Amino acid sequence: MKLSGAAILIEVLAEQGVDTVFGYPGGMVLNIYDQLYKNSHRVRHIITCHEQGATHAADGYARVTGKAGVVIATSGPGATNLVTGIANAYLDSIPLIAITGNVATDFLGRDSFQEVDITGITMPITKHNYIVKDITELADTLREAFAVATSGRPGPVLVDIPKDIQLAETNFVPISKKAAVAKSAIDEDALKEAIQLISAAKRPFIYAGGGVVSSDASKKLLEFANKIDAPIGSSMMGLSAVPWNEPRALGMVGMHGRYAATRAIADCDLIIAVGVRFSDRATGNKVSFAHGHKVLHIDIDPAEISKNIPAYTGLIGDVKQVLQILCKRLPQFTHKTWHAEIVKLKDHVDNNLQMAKSRLTPQSIIERINEFMPKDGIVATDVGQHQMWTAQYYKFSTPRTFITSGGLGTMGFGMGSAMGACIGKNKKRTVLFTSDGSFHMNLNELATAVTNELPLIIVVLNNCVLGMVRQWQTLFFNKRYSNTTMNRCTNFAGLADNFGAKGFSVKTKKELDLVLEEAFKYTTPVLIDCKIDSDEKVLPMIPPNGSIKDIILR
Amino acid sequence: MANQQIIVSLLVNNHFGVLTRISGLFSRRCFNIESLTVGETENSKISRMTIVTYGDEYVKDQIVKQLSKQVDVKTVQIMDPANTVVRELVIVKIASKKSERTEILEAVNAFRANVIDFSTNSISVELTGEISKIDAFIEYVSSYGIIEMCRTGSTAIGRNGYCLTEKKKTIKGGK
Ligand SMILES: Cc1ncc(C[n+]2csc(CCOP(=O)(O)OP(=O)(O)O)c2C)c(N)n1
Ligand SMILES: [Mg+2]
Repeated sequence: MKLSGAAILIEVLAEQGVDTVFGYPGGMVLNIYDQLYKNSHRVRHIITCHEQGATHAADGYARVTGKAGVVIATSGPGATNLVTGIANAYLDSIPLIAITGNVATDFLGRDSFQEVDITGITMPITKHNYIVKDITELADTLREAFAVATSGRPGPVLVDIPKDIQLAETNFVPISKKAAVAKSAIDEDALKEAIQLISAAKRPFIYAGGGVVSSDASKKLLEFANKIDAPIGSSMMGLSAVPWNEPRALGMVGMHGRYAATRAIADCDLIIAVGVRFSDRATGNKVSFAHGHKVLHIDIDPAEISKNIPAYTGLIGDVKQVLQILCKRLPQFTHKTWHAEIVKLKDHVDNNLQMAKSRLTPQSIIERINEFMPKDGIVATDVGQHQMWTAQYYKFSTPRTFITSGGLGTMGFGMGSAMGACIGKNKKRTVLFTSDGSFHMNLNELATAVTNELPLIIVVLNNCVLGMVRQWQTLFFNKRYSNTTMNRCTNFAGLADNFGAKGFSVKTKKELDLVLEEAFKYTTPVLIDCKIDSDEKVLPMIPPNGSIKDIILR
Repeated sequence: MANQQIIVSLLVNNHFGVLTRISGLFSRRCFNIESLTVGETENSKISRMTIVTYGDEYVKDQIVKQLSKQVDVKTVQIMDPANTVVRELVIVKIASKKSERTEILEAVNAFRANVIDFSTNSISVELTGEISKIDAFIEYVSSYGIIEMCRTGSTAIGRNGYCLTEKKKTIKGGK
């Protein structure tokens, strides 16, 4: 059947099982939007307030569903507005398809109106990208884009489609979605080495990351941990992989990790790293981190093995598949002394730092909201102290429920991603923990949340400062608070009301309780402005490039 | 571990933009590029690149792994120096007074270079060889004055059965 490029795009989206896309129209995607208009029953398009919000929404959508998120933008400024969102997805290995329009091929290279070289711009932050200059290659390029984004280590892929290609027609041959590529076999020698390492270990430690979440391997991970009798620490990206109340779970490792987790990873004799990339935020000083134990690194991306921390053995493959094999082949181990040490670490006062009970503290807010949330409710964050507090105090019980910007640390990620996640899970109850700085960046998307009647509760942990930066200024810059005290007059509750959402403002725990009772009755956007002290700290903290020896607890 | 010269050969899709992808990868991962050459192969859809770089074992390992992840890269091979022929072409325009001409021509002969242009004030010479030979020649003629010079960068091929074939992204983890 003869179809235009724009129509082919819709066909391929449908073929790939895409039912929702996020985006923003403009001159160079008019034809695509015309097709979206005609095909609204097949592919739903959510219009945001800004293309950045749309990319973050597609990213959040991908995180909760495990499918590729799709974002569409026009050429020039539309395309450049995607950049932060694409980089965010790249650093967190999120499958994302970005479709951009561009000027017609004979206008390319002439600084035409709204022309930018978006494939050039996004080359370093995409897994791969394409500009399609031949209509007959469009369908297969789009299919390949989906395959690249979702296979192996997932990541963003951008396809730039010049206007004349959207208009041109060609014969379109539909195909049914290709079966997932068969998983490649795991290297037998490496498996044997891994089994030897695990068998020789007296104090094994499992370090779980986002790869466990993205390969849906949570259950296998627990089975594996039981089999080898090891505690589990997580990177921030891996937090939702292990239920908080799992006795083996020690919580987050690293700069703002739990004492027990960071201590145990330093004291173990074998780190079994599973789908994790040893970010500097988790390891601190690499030399002291790598000291005193061997590392068995399991990851689907060979380039991660020994990239940041030298691995004794690398096991390359899908995390779930590797764990399955290991569980089958390994005997049951018990490590009584190690286990006893871990139990002690978990009970250690340093592991259970509590904030003051009298004030309205971040901890009390997060814990209280946690009680109202369904177990599989979605928790999104922006970036800063509030993000770390959420990672520390929220009790995650379901994989894919923690939506946060790990690798890029993108302030402004919250609103877009919370919406995308909420939509991806058919309007599941969603809470966004944010703060005044981050929320100011992309609060425009409140309008989108209202229009789409999302059951989203926005909790502004309002410290009236760029708290995370302020904390560093307090600790390392002798309290010279350069540009972190904002003196803004925004009335967040009133702002929410004026966007058509419902706004609340609370100063005490009592007020919070009353408001929460009401807020959770809403199935549309609610904002709760929680006034907290500007000097609340994220603790524990290991200063950058430090080690467990340098941990600041109080 | 000490830095050593590394010669990487690649088979890549003969697309526009591939050169940018590869050179961009090197610069953002902080791998240096001593030289990079690229040209079509017997299969017009495939180009072959030869990259000369320096680095330790870590860099070598990462170069192979990061290149292998590129969608447009078909094959990555660190060339085994003992089994590889490496060649570079240089063209040098040497300032030559009449009195020095014979001397220069002697050097040209000794290095088995070819004269490609001959004028009153200069002699242009082409020379093909290994990097060390080219370096030696340049050093020698520099005393006469080099007006301008261009080097192509090295290209390399394995001996006899040592060939690059498509889809040989051999990668292993650990050490
Ligand atoms: C886009 C962007 N700009 C700057 C930063 C640097 N940064 C990291 S945390 C932070 C402060 C965040 O302030 P806020 O959102 O109010 O959160 P809080 O720390 O107060 O909880 C800043 C400026 C960043 N991560 N992202
Ligand atoms: Mg703040």
